[in-house]
Amino acid sequence: MTEKNTPLWEVFIRARNGLSHKHVGSLHAVDSEMALQAARDVYTRRGEGQSVWVVRSSDIVASDPSEKEVMFEPTGSKIYRHPTFYDIPEDVGHM
Amino acid sequence: MYSQGLIGADGATHEDAAFLEAFQARIDAELKIEPNDPMPAGYRKTLVRQIAQHAHSEIVGMLPEGNWITRAPTLRRKAALLAKVQDEGGHGLYLYSAAETLGVSREELVDQLLSGKAKYSSIFNYPAITWADIGTIGWLVDGAAIMNQIPLCRCSFGPYARAMIRVCKEESFHQRQGYEIMLTLSRGSEEQKAMAQDALNRWWWPSLMMFGPHDADSTHSDQSMAWKIKRFTNDELRQKFIDATVPQAEFLGLTMPDPDMKWNEEKGGYDHGEIDWDEFWRVVKGDGICNRDRMKARRKAHDDNAWVREAALAYADKAAARETAVAAE
Repeated sequence: MTEKNTPLWEVFIRARNGLSHKHVGSLHAVDSEMALQAARDVYTRRGEGQSVWVVRSSDIVASDPSEKEVMFEPTGSKIYRHPTFYDIPEDVGHM
Repeated sequence: MYSQGLIGADGATHEDAAFLEAFQARIDAELKIEPNDPMPAGYRKTLVRQIAQHAHSEIVGMLPEGNWITRAPTLRRKAALLAKVQDEGGHGLYLYSAAETLGVSREELVDQLLSGKAKYSSIFNYPAITWADIGTIGWLVDGAAIMNQIPLCRCSFGPYARAMIRVCKEESFHQRQGYEIMLTLSRGSEEQKAMAQDALNRWWWPSLMMFGPHDADSTHSDQSMAWKIKRFTNDELRQKFIDATVPQAEFLGLTMPDPDMKWNEEKGGYDHGEIDWDEFWRVVKGDGICNRDRMKARRKAHDDNAWVREAALAYADKAAARETAVAAE
């Protein structure tokens, strides 16, 4: 078979208004219209969604897992970004 | 939905001791492994094989039931069966996607099924002869699959665990619709009751085989347990399934086709007779009643639909070319 591979798409679903779209999985489709239809059939058979996004997997730019430390470590050491870093007397009350 | 004890996996791996130890430490700490994380080659290979076998089982599993959609006794039963078969197709797709995160393409996976290189659950090589078989498949086959799949929701590989959570949520409808069919038949005429008993007689033993060989003969189980791909052994899951199912059969007024089946007070579970492992291996190796039919049906569907895939691709290419041309003007 000399068939061309069908492109891969990532599927995001908003379960209901007030929530953000969340990644639910992926599927194969030749174009955006068929990707949307397939996403509806594969991922929303029981009223899971109010809105669907499909994005070509090849269009997603991702951080490099091997550079995880360089990328995310700096935030780990900045404890002054968290409220618990600051000493406020109890008398002040909830802040 | 249908997984089976993994057939023919080899988790052998050749990384250095420090790498394997660090990986095992992550597993032991219950940290999930995600697709881009470093992992031993054996772990990747075992998972590709297991998830693919699982996906193929879903797809082939649509055949024995799909055969009954046009012959369901009522519109209610027909709508339910249609929805169930559609779910199985969906489950296959979730699982193929999970396998693909490990670096194997959908086309390769489908090709492995169609060429006979990949296995699927032995249970689907048995025929669904009567309507009672549809009830029994839902009750026993989906019931056994649920036993297998609930622990897989906690599998160490993230995409597989997430797919299993979706699957398990949808699965309980399958088992209930099957049991309801059995309930109706077993409360019906003498002929209907006999039909229900006959289906149970034929499906009981193959359902027990779905859990795979005994622990003592299951060579690659230990590694899968250590990697937390598996959480319970084949025999543990089989025992759970038997203990859950025997009272359900009693409620139906049906008799388990096993004269050695009896309650064992000491272990708090049922003892059962010897499983015919020769039959199991015969079916796994391709000599079940329906192996050839199932593969023929899959290949025919794939070939007959080739023009649809080609046309869809050609249409997408043309539309994309038109868009580029318009943009250039």
